[in-house]
Amino acid sequence: MSFTSVHDFLAMGGYAAYVWPAYGVFLLVLLADALAPTVRRRQVLRDLRAQLARQAARHARKDSDTLPVSATVPSALPPRSA
Amino acid sequence: MTHWIPLWLHRLSSPPTFYRFAGVVWPWAMALALLTGLVGLYGGLVLAPPDYQQSDAYRIIFIHVPSAWMSMFIYAVMGLASFIALVWRIKLAEVVAMQSAPIGAAFTFITLVTGSLWGKPMWGTWWTWDARLTSELVLLFLYLGVIGLYHAFEDRRQGARAAGFLAIIGIINVPIVHFSVNWWNTLHQGSTINIFSGSKMSTDMLWPLLVMTLATKLYFIASLCRRARSDLLALEGGKDWVRTLATREVPS
Repeated sequence: MSFTSVHDFLAMGGYAAYVWPAYGVFLLVLLADALAPTVRRRQVLRDLRAQLARQAARHARKDSDTLPVSATVPSALPPRSA
Repeated sequence: MTHWIPLWLHRLSSPPTFYRFAGVVWPWAMALALLTGLVGLYGGLVLAPPDYQQSDAYRIIFIHVPSAWMSMFIYAVMGLASFIALVWRIKLAEVVAMQSAPIGAAFTFITLVTGSLWGKPMWGTWWTWDARLTSELVLLFLYLGVIGLYHAFEDRRQGARAAGFLAIIGIINVPIVHFSVNWWNTLHQGSTINIFSGSKMSTDMLWPLLVMTLATKLYFIASLCRRARSDLLALEGGKDWVRTLATREVPS
């Protein structure tokens, strides 16, 4: 143990203004780095689920329509490409 | 695939296998990183004696030097993975290379900032254009260049190849950073730790430094695993294994 008191420890031999910000930057930057993949993972999965839901809805529509609108009325719009 | 590549390595390079593998590895690596990190910080900040010249200001060394080592180590990993990706077109190698870049940039940034905070009280300046500091800044720009180039392409695999080229060319800077203190007269001090000729540091200061080095290595493994997993999900979004996984997991 190289410090005699908590106050001593926090003072860092008079270099507190340099030592603590350095450790702060170290911890904050790594914390941000650790959070980034969590955020990305959520985004990717959310987008993927939305995409899957759209596809499922499209399939359901196609299956349920015995007389599709496009069969009776020639569509004015070109089919949307996937 | 070439016959001399071991079968297990070949299997591991398949995205779903690596996804599962990394999912097992990262919690352990992260837990060990936190554990060693706490031990190293306690050893460096509390147990280690003050330096006879720099008093307690030298304690920045316990994060500055491990981060600096990581900034070069991760660049080497990124360069090697880029090389493998370009030669063998292995998708996982592209993922490893491109996902290493932000972690490397983070450590390079930490190195520069902590170095600056150490330089002010010891040298009397936040910054000087000496060889060590300048080459480390170039390293940061290389990382940012690789990240930027990767994102500049619509097609992500094409982006990974272009950025991989830049990563490989930039490897030349790694030995420059390392040897800069020997090749030029720098304000930055020479190396204290040397694997071959022994270290000029007392044991009670050396062990926290080495433990912190281990902690940063373990953190890199954990972070890379997590980034690679998220990235594989995005890259392989159209594949069955990702679709099953996306529908199975609870939305968060």
